[in-house]
Amino acid sequence: MPVTIEDVEHIAKLARLEFSEEEKEKFTHQLNQILTYMAQLNKIDTSAVEPLSHVIELSNVFRPDVVKPGLTQEKALKNAPAKTEKFFKVPKVIGER
Amino acid sequence: MAMWDQRYEPVIGLEVHAQLLTQSKAFCSCSTKFGQDPNSNVCPVCLGMPGVLPVLNLSLVEFILRMGLATHCSVAPRSTFARKNYFYPDLPKGYQISQYEEPICHGGYVEVELEEGRWKRIGITRIHMEEDAGKSIHDLDVDTLVDVNRCGVPLIEIVSEPDIRSPREAYLYVHKIRQIVTYLGICDGNMEEGSLRCDANVSVRLKGETKFGTKTEVKNMNSFRFVEKALEYEINRQIDLLESGEQVVQETLLWDAGQGIVLPMRSKEEAHDYRYFPEPDLVPVVVTQEWTDRIKETLPEDPTERRNRFVAEYNIPKYDADILTSEKALADYFEAVIRGLKTKSEENCKLASNWTMGDVLRVINTEKIAVSDFPLPPAHLAEMLNLIIGGTISGKIAKDVFEDMLKTRESPKVIVEKKGLVQVSDIAAIETIVDEILAKNRQQVESYLSGKTQVLGFFVGETMKATKGRANPKIVNELLRKKLEGRKE
Repeated sequence: MPVTIEDVEHIAKLARLEFSEEEKEKFTHQLNQILTYMAQLNKIDTSAVEPLSHVIELSNVFRPDVVKPGLTQEKALKNAPAKTEKFFKVPKVIGER
Repeated sequence: MAMWDQRYEPVIGLEVHAQLLTQSKAFCSCSTKFGQDPNSNVCPVCLGMPGVLPVLNLSLVEFILRMGLATHCSVAPRSTFARKNYFYPDLPKGYQISQYEEPICHGGYVEVELEEGRWKRIGITRIHMEEDAGKSIHDLDVDTLVDVNRCGVPLIEIVSEPDIRSPREAYLYVHKIRQIVTYLGICDGNMEEGSLRCDANVSVRLKGETKFGTKTEVKNMNSFRFVEKALEYEINRQIDLLESGEQVVQETLLWDAGQGIVLPMRSKEEAHDYRYFPEPDLVPVVVTQEWTDRIKETLPEDPTERRNRFVAEYNIPKYDADILTSEKALADYFEAVIRGLKTKSEENCKLASNWTMGDVLRVINTEKIAVSDFPLPPAHLAEMLNLIIGGTISGKIAKDVFEDMLKTRESPKVIVEKKGLVQVSDIAAIETIVDEILAKNRQQVESYLSGKTQVLGFFVGETMKATKGRANPKIVNELLRKKLEGRKE
């Protein structure tokens, strides 16, 4: 199922990205190229193979529930393009997620 | 009773989010402490800086296993994390770490008591681990402010089966969940402050219909009362739509407590496209049988079992036991008081129950404090009850002693001695006072002798006044009756 220009617009919208018409076409083409390449893998019979959720054969990596100091408020806000004394400032968003 | 068209049946499933009482966040070592200066409990991990790696908090796993085992869930031998992608300023990473295809717990249940002795089992589909988002403040005119402190605070999401058939059942279910998480000590259960949040999936159908109707999702029900009210409103709204030949639209609604209605969330049509995929930065969690066995051993007594034990062991009414076991800390307090009693007769246990449910809870409710912050140690309350039981003080004087204990934190014995509150049970001493009072009030004595025996209460009151409440009321009653009856001949 090839990627359409509508798919690209949909994904861009979800990521709050804006593209020009040329860019949309370019990405549609590129995504299709990638998926065609990946489609070769679909030819392999994997019915007897467990789906892989992680490439490293590791499990149970934990940290103890101990508080350690992080960044100061000043440092946390330092690189923000817009801020108040204590908050990050973003364009107005209304409504819930 | 039910406030909707009874030809219809509501079908409700609930998603409860419980904020866990860990010290540090789910995937980094920042503090979870509430009410801190904005953006001060943060680090590169929870700020979503590039190149950082999350590491799972062991307590998060232990807490969710406690919840899973307490609600009869199966524990997955292996579970994984997933990224739930959405774009919102309170989520700096652009995704929430959650669990999707392989949650750690699934297939459990809780039981709620619909009415005396009638229980209903409500299935739990799954319980999974995830992280909280930050807080956006929209009050400003132009901009939105973001506080990332809550980002990464561990949550568990408890998803029920669509087994709930009324707002009342929903209320009882959330209440049960709250009771369990607080018993387990994994969440403070405060709905108003958002430590416990509840969303509902609601649909209606004609009774006898086996297919589900179109459902809506109701959010923002941030108190127990609102769960019931919001669901009742939404059930009626859906029935009205169907009755007028319209369709229920699948959408997300927000409960507006001020207006008492639900309003459609101003949402984007693609809001539910979360594009889940496996979280590559976290390795699977493998839970062995030994691990679950070890957790099982540390689980506290189930609240319902504890209630039944209170009734059987202490012979207190079920009503009392329900209240006393509503919260683990209160049940622990009551049992500590019982342990301090010299004799644990049915009467004495009921006395302990009355004082715990009445006076102790009254202080807790009026002062709006947690049971654990109640200032009197249970040993002191028990000591005071022993003074009542032994006849040293009267129940009435005990009320004053209790107030003094709250003020001074001194032991009841010290207070009773200092203030000379010891009950007077010396018959000769009381008799002198009784005689004086009878001599002073001839008119009332005549009334009594003419058959108006209710004036006995007047004499009792006068005697108690004269002794500043210290006379043993039982002896006062007996003496007065004997003397007055004696004058009849």
